Amino acid sequence: MKGNGAEGAGPPAESSCPPPLEWKFSQVFGERIAGEEVQEVDIISAIEFDKSGDHLATGDRGGRVVLFERTDVKNYGSRKDMEKQDHSISRHPEFRYKTEFQSHEPEFDYLKSLEIEEKINKIKWCQTANHALFLLSTNDKTIKYWKVEEKKVKKISEMNVDALQAVGNGSISSSSMTSPIGYLPNGGCSERPYGHLSYDLSFPPGGFPSLRLPVVVTSQETSLIARCRRIYSHAHDYHINSISNNSDGETFISADDLRINLWNLEISNQSFNIVDVKPANMEDLTEVITSAEFHPTHCNMLAYSSSKGSIRLIDLRQSALCDNHSKMFEEREAPGSRSFFTEIIASISDIKFARDGRHILSRDYMTLKLWDINMESSPVAIFQVHEYLRPKLCDLYENDSIFDKFDCCLSGDGMHVATGSYSNLFRVFGCIPGCNEATTLEASKNPLRRQVQIPSRPARSLNSLTRGVVRQGAESPGIDMNGNSYDFTTKLLHLAWHPSENSVACAAMNSLYMYYA
Amino acid sequence: MAMIDEPLYPIAILIDELKNEDIQLRLNSIRRLSTIARALGEERTRKELIPFLSENNDDDDEVLLAMAEELGVFVPYIGGVEYAHVLLPPLETLCIVEETCVRDKAVESLCRIGTQMKESDIVEWFIPLVKRLAGGEWFTARVSSCGLFHIAYPSATELFKAELRSMYGQLCQDDMPMVRRSAASNLGKFAATVEANNLKTDIMSIFEDLTRDDQDSVRLLAVEGCAALGKLLEPQDCVAHILPVIVNFSQDKSWRVRYMVANQLYELCEAVGPEPTCSDLVPAYVRLLRDNEAEVRIAAAGKVTKFCRILNPHLAIQHILPCVKELSSDSSQHVRSALASVIMGMAPVLGKDATIEELLPIFLSLLKDEFPDVRLNIISKLDQVNQQVIGIDLLSQSLLPAIVELAEDRHWRVRLAIIEYIPLLASQFGVGFFNDRLGALCMQWLEDKVFSIREAAANNLKRLAEEFGPEWAMQNIVPQLLEKISNPHYLHRMTILQSISLLAPVLGSESTCQKLLPVIITASKDRVPNIKFNVAKVLQSLIPIFDHSVVEQTVRPCLVELSEDPDVDVRYFASQAIQTCDSVMMSS
Repeated sequence: MKGNGAEGAGPPAESSCPPPLEWKFSQVFGERIAGEEVQEVDIISAIEFDKSGDHLATGDRGGRVVLFERTDVKNYGSRKDMEKQDHSISRHPEFRYKTEFQSHEPEFDYLKSLEIEEKINKIKWCQTANHALFLLSTNDKTIKYWKVEEKKVKKISEMNVDALQAVGNGSISSSSMTSPIGYLPNGGCSERPYGHLSYDLSFPPGGFPSLRLPVVVTSQETSLIARCRRIYSHAHDYHINSISNNSDGETFISADDLRINLWNLEISNQSFNIVDVKPANMEDLTEVITSAEFHPTHCNMLAYSSSKGSIRLIDLRQSALCDNHSKMFEEREAPGSRSFFTEIIASISDIKFARDGRHILSRDYMTLKLWDINMESSPVAIFQVHEYLRPKLCDLYENDSIFDKFDCCLSGDGMHVATGSYSNLFRVFGCIPGCNEATTLEASKNPLRRQVQIPSRPARSLNSLTRGVVRQGAESPGIDMNGNSYDFTTKLLHLAWHPSENSVACAAMNSLYMYYA
Repeated sequence: MAMIDEPLYPIAILIDELKNEDIQLRLNSIRRLSTIARALGEERTRKELIPFLSENNDDDDEVLLAMAEELGVFVPYIGGVEYAHVLLPPLETLCIVEETCVRDKAVESLCRIGTQMKESDIVEWFIPLVKRLAGGEWFTARVSSCGLFHIAYPSATELFKAELRSMYGQLCQDDMPMVRRSAASNLGKFAATVEANNLKTDIMSIFEDLTRDDQDSVRLLAVEGCAALGKLLEPQDCVAHILPVIVNFSQDKSWRVRYMVANQLYELCEAVGPEPTCSDLVPAYVRLLRDNEAEVRIAAAGKVTKFCRILNPHLAIQHILPCVKELSSDSSQHVRSALASVIMGMAPVLGKDATIEELLPIFLSLLKDEFPDVRLNIISKLDQVNQQVIGIDLLSQSLLPAIVELAEDRHWRVRLAIIEYIPLLASQFGVGFFNDRLGALCMQWLEDKVFSIREAAANNLKRLAEEFGPEWAMQNIVPQLLEKISNPHYLHRMTILQSISLLAPVLGSESTCQKLLPVIITASKDRVPNIKFNVAKVLQSLIPIFDHSVVEQTVRPCLVELSEDPDVDVRYFASQAIQTCDSVMMSS
């Protein structure tokens, strides 16, 4: 048998294992109707929860960012929602659409004769301030800092100059910001009269009683406004694959294939190159950066992964240019197992720090690996995701699927990990050694979720209870035993785990599915 | 419109435009807030305008920034200092916005107003404001509060003082690193207002917490606090409390913290006094000069002269000079460059003998550096070592090859940089040496293939003429210059014209008429139109220095001829110049 990973060995200690998560469908946004053609621009390309878990953002290939907000927490829900919650036994996160905005537009780099796609590669949330939300979004080249805030709609009801006119119209209250003042010939002549003013006019000590300040009426209506606060551009020669904020709240990094740059959030016109793996001669290039992330609490540590399957941990304190890593996590290759595909499938597509900062999760084509930052020689756990595809690597290479970049995520407590797969499936694994919890879920809205899971099970679950079934999920060669067809076009690349609850948001093409347990 | 008198119309618009859709108009109105206030009168400004501004604080950042700035100088418009508290509410809301520059400006304005307020008003209005901000829900408020304590504290009662101190302590332990950074960077100002006994207890414990912060960004700001606090403490307390912190910082794990120390060490030495400097800080500085991180060495190397100035020469020679020697062959060109830019200043500190014995070899090796910036930095500071210490002769042997090499460097920016220093070199070397060695170079640059170099070369000639005087220029520059007017390349002929126009004012009317003018007139017959219209331009610029008779007899006929040129540009510039002729003639 091919290795079933770290916890394949030995019978699991059933008694000490917590029950596996029971996944249920929660919500779907932008569900695809049968037969509906998916527009390329609508395909979701990034998902990110904010730190509190009260907000969720998605980015798509059309350069849009869509925000969702949680509705089931006290501050947000109306009384009706609260009553509803009383009925439901276990509360789970529910989100509603909040707003969306166009973050990036397609551009053309005239110097390099390159088209720059508007596709959002990554979104990161920044520190909330004054009830406004802040986030960073990036496409291949340009990072933007967005502020999204609720503004009360204000109406100007009284003016000095157009008072008569406004009364005459009888439409005072309805003239909002686009008030008749706009029509006054104030633009051109404004400078001159003011200039006169100070010389010609002497101000009486009590002022002029006839002058009035505009009266502004604030209505209860609010509108959400997204404003781009800063644009960080022209710092990457290659495509940006990740951005990550520092715990110090003032800096972030952006990584492309060969370099990692450090930015100050407030300074958009300069960045510092901290990692540069570009060889003097590009022909010597053997390895590229695939993903990078800051440590969740230590401001000086960051990890980046490479196409050769290694993760390097660097310490920004050591030197200004961090070309020398302080730790390198790499699994030793099993002797004799090398093939043409070894290097391709070793490439890490995503890394994530666990919230405790002690573990790093990495995703390569075949597996998820969990690393302890104190152990460089091998991962503490390996979860087989695509082992059943091993015989098909040739086909996957032919149709380029082997280069698909799957995200990975960890639960807030670090007890579970998840990652996507083909046929709109994603897999969730338990991290407790010896428990072998593994579940395969399909991103769909079937109200009878269990039935969706069942097709993936019967072949291996005839004789067993749920526990056994789930464990076998980790070992069995996949669902094609019944379905037999993998749909490589419906791949689930992007997903995110809620920071504090067992809830996963995942993107199937243009649809955002949410599940809870 | 019937309600507004005609003369008030502009100001009525100004007021209305406070709410215009166009940000430029709103900005304009805010900038004229004082005019609006005067038109409304003091009482209505207090009762209407200020509340209006407080409510309308969700504008664009530029408008808010302008508002924060205007309000800082608004005391006269609201009826004087006794009403100053009226201005606090709008500024308080501006202290909470998320744009840093707006908050900073609001804090600055609050400080400005606070310093004018009466003590009783501070207690009644300002201290509550500081407390509100310090306990604010959002970090932005707490960040702003840190910059206000030093205004509030001196007026506070004993009870309040204790409370303010403990609040500041809490801010230094805030969850948000942004707040801790603000607390760290404002600590010096706050500490300056705190009584000596509390300084030693409360403030020092706050400071020690900051120096142990997990975030590098907080610790590096604490470094700045070292110098500020050190100046407030008694020398013995400073040595007991600050010195160990500095020494620790100089060995911090983070290079950024060490970099800050390297940059600040000079001030820190002043704080602790000469004795501990010699015993503790010299070793710390030596460590920084030998730091692993090039950035730290750059910062340390850049301060080497300043540091040596506060030491006695003996210590400098014994401890610092060996490091300087190592740095002069450092692997990082930026370190060598930083060293080269200050090392000449060490000569007066060390005295003649030590300079010749120890520094001269370093100068010479830096002059041979492979990296042009290093050589340029040495050359640019030549005046610091010349005359009063060793004289140029000792250096000239090595200088000349270095200069020649830079003058012929393949990067035009390097050539440009050396040209800039030629007048300085000329003044140091003196006329004789210059004529022998450098004169030819200056002429050679006039024919450089890069325009910027030719332009700089022309300007250089002018500066040399100013340095050595018109007579020297007539003998040593003008003949060679005028020869080149027959250069087959028109761009080079243009450079000569440009040089002539620059030199003429220095040489004076007579020489210009005798030597330069004939050449210009000849050039007006050039076959290239660009030369011809440049002749027109040059003549135009020289009209003021010619006598009237020369203008009428020589310049004008030439211009008239050019004004009939087939080329449109030539005609245009010629007619421009003729106009100048006319106006000069008319005015006299």
